[in-house]
Amino acid sequence: MTVQRTEHSSEHNVGHIKGISGPTVTVDMQGLKLYDRVYVGRAMLTGEVVRLEGPGAIIQVYEDTRGLGMGEPVKGTGNPLTVRLGPGLLAGMFDGLQRPLERLREETGPFITTGKELYALDYMKQWRFHPLKKPGDAVRMGERLGYVEEGPFKHYFLSHYDGAILRIIDGDFSLNDSLGELDGGRDMVGCTEWPVRTPRPIRRKLPSREPLITGQRSIDMLFPLSRGGTAVFPGGFGTGKTILEQSIAKFADVEIVVYVGCGERGNEMAEMLEEFVTLTDPWSGRKLTERTVFVVNTSNMPVAAREASIYTAVTMAEYYRDMGYHVLLLADSLSRWAEALREISSSLEEMPGEEGYPTYLASRLSSFFERAGVVETLSGELGSLSMILSVSPPGGDLTEPVTQACLRTAGAFLMLDTSLAHRRHFPAINWFQSYSLYEKELAPHFREKVSPRWEELKQKCREVLRREESLREVTELVGIEGLQDADRLLMQVAERVRTEFLGQNAYTEDAFSPPDKTIDRIGAIVEFHAAASEKLKQGVLLEEAVKTSLNAK
Amino acid sequence: MRLSEHIYRTISSIGGPLVFVDKVFSARIGEMVRIVYPDNRRMDGEVLKIDGETVLIQVYGDTRGLDVENSSIIFSETVKLAPLSPDIIGRVFNGSFLPMDGMPLFIPEKQSPITGFPINPSARARPEEFIETGFSCIDGLNTLVKGQKLPIFSAAGLPSKEMAAGILRNARLADETKRFVVVFAALGLTFREYSFYRTVLQEMRTGFVAFVNMADDPVMERLLTPRFALTVSEYLAFELGIDVLVVITDMTNYCDALREVSTAREELPGRRGYPGYMYSDLASLYERAGKVKGLAGSVTMLPVLTMPEDDITHPIPDLTGYITEGQIVLSRDLHRKGIFPPVDVLPSLSRLMQHGIGAGHTREDHRKVSNLLYKYYAKGRDLRRLEAIVGRDGMTDSDKQMLDLAGAFEQEFVNQEIKRRTVHETLDAGISLLKRFGVVVE
Repeated sequence: MTVQRTEHSSEHNVGHIKGISGPTVTVDMQGLKLYDRVYVGRAMLTGEVVRLEGPGAIIQVYEDTRGLGMGEPVKGTGNPLTVRLGPGLLAGMFDGLQRPLERLREETGPFITTGKELYALDYMKQWRFHPLKKPGDAVRMGERLGYVEEGPFKHYFLSHYDGAILRIIDGDFSLNDSLGELDGGRDMVGCTEWPVRTPRPIRRKLPSREPLITGQRSIDMLFPLSRGGTAVFPGGFGTGKTILEQSIAKFADVEIVVYVGCGERGNEMAEMLEEFVTLTDPWSGRKLTERTVFVVNTSNMPVAAREASIYTAVTMAEYYRDMGYHVLLLADSLSRWAEALREISSSLEEMPGEEGYPTYLASRLSSFFERAGVVETLSGELGSLSMILSVSPPGGDLTEPVTQACLRTAGAFLMLDTSLAHRRHFPAINWFQSYSLYEKELAPHFREKVSPRWEELKQKCREVLRREESLREVTELVGIEGLQDADRLLMQVAERVRTEFLGQNAYTEDAFSPPDKTIDRIGAIVEFHAAASEKLKQGVLLEEAVKTSLNAK
Repeated sequence: MRLSEHIYRTISSIGGPLVFVDKVFSARIGEMVRIVYPDNRRMDGEVLKIDGETVLIQVYGDTRGLDVENSSIIFSETVKLAPLSPDIIGRVFNGSFLPMDGMPLFIPEKQSPITGFPINPSARARPEEFIETGFSCIDGLNTLVKGQKLPIFSAAGLPSKEMAAGILRNARLADETKRFVVVFAALGLTFREYSFYRTVLQEMRTGFVAFVNMADDPVMERLLTPRFALTVSEYLAFELGIDVLVVITDMTNYCDALREVSTAREELPGRRGYPGYMYSDLASLYERAGKVKGLAGSVTMLPVLTMPEDDITHPIPDLTGYITEGQIVLSRDLHRKGIFPPVDVLPSLSRLMQHGIGAGHTREDHRKVSNLLYKYYAKGRDLRRLEAIVGRDGMTDSDKQMLDLAGAFEQEFVNQEIKRRTVHETLDAGISLLKRFGVVVE
């Protein structure tokens, strides 16, 4: 994309700071457009225009404003806030503004200081370009021109225009170089910039028919997720949100994962990075880092950049989707994003909605969720972008605005339960409150591809859990001794369902359960139940029936 | 750079800890100012907001005696800095970094901004080195590791100060040859508590640095004190290579001070009147704990807070729990039974425990012993509800045994008075308890 600068741009696009309040700065400046990117102060902090007022503007600054002074200069760029897209993003770690954290560390040391701008991509690195087109070919916008190998993936370059190719390279190039030329003197380039708040174009959206296998038995069987779908899981602290997000990031059946640590703990990210380097992707057998992009804006990093981080991430995710890949975006946690939105809104002195959140919280959320989906890309490929987002409701109270706003749009709701977590039942997904809207659409897939018994076993599993719940009340009154043998057997079966099937220790081999294993596990328990019930009917004592049925297996 | 000192006598209004100054030429956000009272007292303040030529200043002290006509404000052109030097070890300061031990201030080697800079997430090293606290309930079941932040959730009337003191006295590194310093930050301490901690600090074998804001000291100072303590900790850890344990008590007083400023600024109150940005503000403190790749030292944090009305869903413990890597929860019920430390292990958690235990860290069987203890204790606790309904006689023998195990666990394993246990003693105690109740420990 090129920038159209007007003649007067240079004189209009410099102003001065007139006021500062937290992350927002007032400037006396004209010729700005809403959501333009600006550089604030002598330290050149990155900011974005959020409101135009009379002769001036209000700017939201993405870095720490401490030390910023009255009268310091402000420069406009004429461009919105963008991310750079090109080969070299995979295995990278970026902050909310897409600054590469590894290289930032090499340049400025272990602590992040303000006003340092670094490009996300390495413009010096040499890539081997393999053309798919030759001079004379006509291309349409979005069509594949060629690719480089980025780790195990073919990183396709898509044409930005319709036209005929005059010249195309075959061999090494760096991102500074041109890939060739289209008619009319238009350059073909290896990297592009894209405004983070604008969804990337697609040909059309398609309905989803395929599941997103997570390797978590309780999710895959009871609350299946779909490719191109969205899921939220709210849970109080200590319910294992982050561990679950990380497990899904490790084992999900997708090609590329974008993980956003949005306002969360720094140590957790360190732990995750170290772990990902050593682990392999169970689906492809390759290193996990090779398929992952990390966006990290920990809780002590600037609040406004936290707000931008999920957009930065989703734009990178869409970029890979456009090449025809299945991409999963994981964010931990959406509540921190909403809180950042609230902080910015209150420093703009906007009229607050529920619990101080701005009234546009729900609409922002739903338009963000709508960037997920299965799509036909401009080049006619099939790609998908799925989202799994955690929510941290204050005090574990699910009636709060962020959870409620998510529920209106998300396709699956996995409620993490504090009481299960206290019993060390992980993943602590409550099996009565959670739901998945994709269950019906995905049933044919599981029936045909995994096992014809999938639906039947799922119903049995649910049934056991439901009956256990009603028996539990009785047991609390009369004790387990007061139950009939068949009911006592059911309680034992339910315990097995909970501990052996629903429970999964994230630190053992069992952390990943492919669909075959999932169906075997539940199948074994259901058969045990049937065999033992049969023996009870024949008059065998409970202990005996349990023992022989276990041995029979 | 300004060439001359900027002194303004243009105060337009004063309300609580906030002062508005007019016609200021070029202020900076976060800039330190000195407020000169009519009686020549001097107090520090900070620029919170700039609106044209009007500047909002927060005063870190009592604003009584301040007036509009005769008071003046001196702008410093720098953010608040903390003086640093290796000589700081062994000293006691008040909440504004003035010596309280009768000796003069050391000669600073350098000055650092007290808000610090966030650690680049890619520079963080994974915390995995064990710290022995001497308490079985922590070492055995909720292990603390270097670079972790693990708060103690207490409630009014529970012995959190005895527990903090126990950790101060008994904390040891696995490698005893390394230097270890405790940085102690007290916020809103009563004189009684102060004299208690004073004795503890003086008896300590390892070095310490203390910052003490007393209950009758200015409330606003409580926003500064933990930042001084953490700046000193980062200096000791990342520049001098020392392992630092920071104990901050009581974070509830910090949050209340934050709320006071927020309401004085007429900001929109969040839950229970605490400001909406409390999460980010708390994170700017807690996230300063950590270890950095390639640097020797570490900052480990043990904040103590009091849960108002024993309510763990109150915003203070709730937001803290969302930021920290676990929590140690004290229980009134165990305290009534005379158990010390009265730690309820079921809601307690250490998220970084997995990497700090086992062979090479503590002992090979650590994970297994801790899982078994946890599992059977949880089972026993569940059965107590049943016992309350059907009575002990109505229960099966195996259920009765679980009940006894839970009781013995509290009385023998959690309860240890002030006696220090090494992690080996802790694990052995756990194994012998399990064996006595017929649990097989391989």
